[in-house]
Amino acid sequence: MAILVIAEHDNAALAAATLNTVAAAAQIGGDIHLLVAGANCAAVAEAAAQVAGVSTVLVADHPALAHQLAENLAPLVSALGRSYSHVLAPATTAGKNLLPRVAALLDVEQISEIVKVIDADTFQRPIYAGNAIATVQSSAAIKVISVRGTGFDAVAAEGGNAAIETLTGAEDLGLSAFVGEELAKSERPELTAAKVIVSGGRGMQNGDNFALLYGVADQLGAAVGASRAAVDAGFVPNDMQVGQTGKIVAPQLYIAVGISGAIQHLAGMKDSKVIVAINKDEEAPIFQVADYGLVADLFEAVPELGRAL
Amino acid sequence: MKILVAVKRVVDYNVKVRVKADQSGVELANVKMALNPFCEIAVEEAVRLKEKGIASEIVVVSVGPATAQEQLRTALALGADRAILVESSDELSSLAVARLLKAVVDREQPQLVILGKQAIDSDNNQTGQMLAALCGFAQGTFASKVEVAGDSVNVTREIDGGLQTVALKLPAIVTTDLRLNEPRYASLPNIMKAKKKPLDLLTPAALGVSTASTLKTLKVEAPAARSAGIKVKSVAELVEKLKNEAKVI
Ligand SMILES: Cc1cc2nc3c(=O)[nH]c(=O)nc-3n(C[C@H](O)[C@H](O)[C@H](O)COP(=O)(O)OP(=O)(O)OC[C@H]3O[C@@H](n4cnc5c(N)ncnc54)[C@H](O)[C@@H]3O)c2cc1C
Repeated sequence: MAILVIAEHDNAALAAATLNTVAAAAQIGGDIHLLVAGANCAAVAEAAAQVAGVSTVLVADHPALAHQLAENLAPLVSALGRSYSHVLAPATTAGKNLLPRVAALLDVEQISEIVKVIDADTFQRPIYAGNAIATVQSSAAIKVISVRGTGFDAVAAEGGNAAIETLTGAEDLGLSAFVGEELAKSERPELTAAKVIVSGGRGMQNGDNFALLYGVADQLGAAVGASRAAVDAGFVPNDMQVGQTGKIVAPQLYIAVGISGAIQHLAGMKDSKVIVAINKDEEAPIFQVADYGLVADLFEAVPELGRAL
Repeated sequence: MKILVAVKRVVDYNVKVRVKADQSGVELANVKMALNPFCEIAVEEAVRLKEKGIASEIVVVSVGPATAQEQLRTALALGADRAILVESSDELSSLAVARLLKAVVDREQPQLVILGKQAIDSDNNQTGQMLAALCGFAQGTFASKVEVAGDSVNVTREIDGGLQTVALKLPAIVTTDLRLNEPRYASLPNIMKAKKKPLDLLTPAALGVSTASTLKTLKVEAPAARSAGIKVKSVAELVEKLKNEAKVI
């Protein structure tokens, strides 16, 4: 049977996380169908048809799906899912919101945030903030799985030539309605796609001081992240939180500034290729995972780093 | 209105868990247990809605071992009115828990059900959404703001790109994110009072719910350890290493 992958998008562009999820599907093996559900999302369907390894793009274009509210989208995906062996979605907030609702409607269990495919029934996933890795086997008729992007190298966004099929049958169930959104606007790369990340913690002291990190980040073409403490204190918005309960990242270079290294923070970044820690406390746990540790006052070290780059 | 809050007993968030030598799971013997932090936020939100006069009764429910009564007492001390334990010593899947909670929802008929967005042991982030599906309710996941207005509730959600607000028809399910509120500490008099609040015991069998699962954990291993790094003495040395040794800038 084939694998259904739910594409992540904003009706205009296909999100990168989709490509990592298709990569996981390719490892499971079988025909890969990509579902693009939204409103006025033809451009996304065109892009989806280019993705390497995808044989069919299914498009559900309906006003009731404009904001991909789980209440309206889950019935469509679960009805569709019955003819697949696997239903996959990226473990983004959109995927995390939708997929368990789909699984429950299908009356099957879900496997969350896999980082490795062992075979078509067996997967690995982190538990306890990444302090343990579980190998889980499913005997469910339909395997519903969310995929952690850092576990799978993205497939190529181009080179494919999938057929596009149109789906009908979406409706507004009237349970929920979109009211509004405040989306962060940034010229910098997106956190989960960035090759370099500079993150600040409580040691930054306030939001204004994050300007120091933005300066260095722009020199490196980096994204800027934060610890929970920095977000809770209102220095920066929630979408910048890296960690167990925020974003999971694995860039080539992660620079942690004024972050102590709590297990919940490490859970979100310890798979980075190279980790740098700048902290004035030489006992800070962040140094236990850092490839290069600098014991220094960040207010001296970060400006100096900016000048040295 | 009546609010149902579902809570889970988990390893305290300060504990760094260790994998058992036989790879059957993580070591839970003699480990400090606590109310899952997101569930604590869920209880706090319900208590605030009661303090505002919006909620009339708060029922807290847990699915878990007999020892989860401790966490239910904690929730009662924080302000819940009565508690239900659906007792099971098995490690249940999120779907099984959602089925059990659905049975409790059918009995209690709450207008709002609040859960944590994830338990910090399994890190599943599934139960609230599954319960919403089984009940046919709307869902407001990863909430950082909850405003009840008449027969609907506005929920502001923490999403990858920022914040999103949705209006949900009641009854509805809300799952909490970290910024929803800062939970209070239980006062000593409230801890004493909580001991006298009602706590009912139920079982999956009494609720007529099967907890069979299609998932099997084959093994649990420690993650690959990072090899120890070095301390650099200066910013100049750091930049040199990043350029010439790590070759990442
Ligand atoms: C349920 C739950 C979920 C959580 N999820 C997350 C999560 O997803 N992500 C996350 O990050 N956390 C999470 N946490 C919080 C986590 O436990 C820590 O509280 C948090 O990561 C601490 O942030 P911090 O390192 O910035 O602050 P602190 O621990 O206060 O560390 C600040 C550091 O800055 C250093 N410092 C201060 N001033 C300077 C200076 N001038 N120069 C250099 N260094 C300086 C200090 O030495 C210290 O090490 C979670 C917690 C719970 C309970």
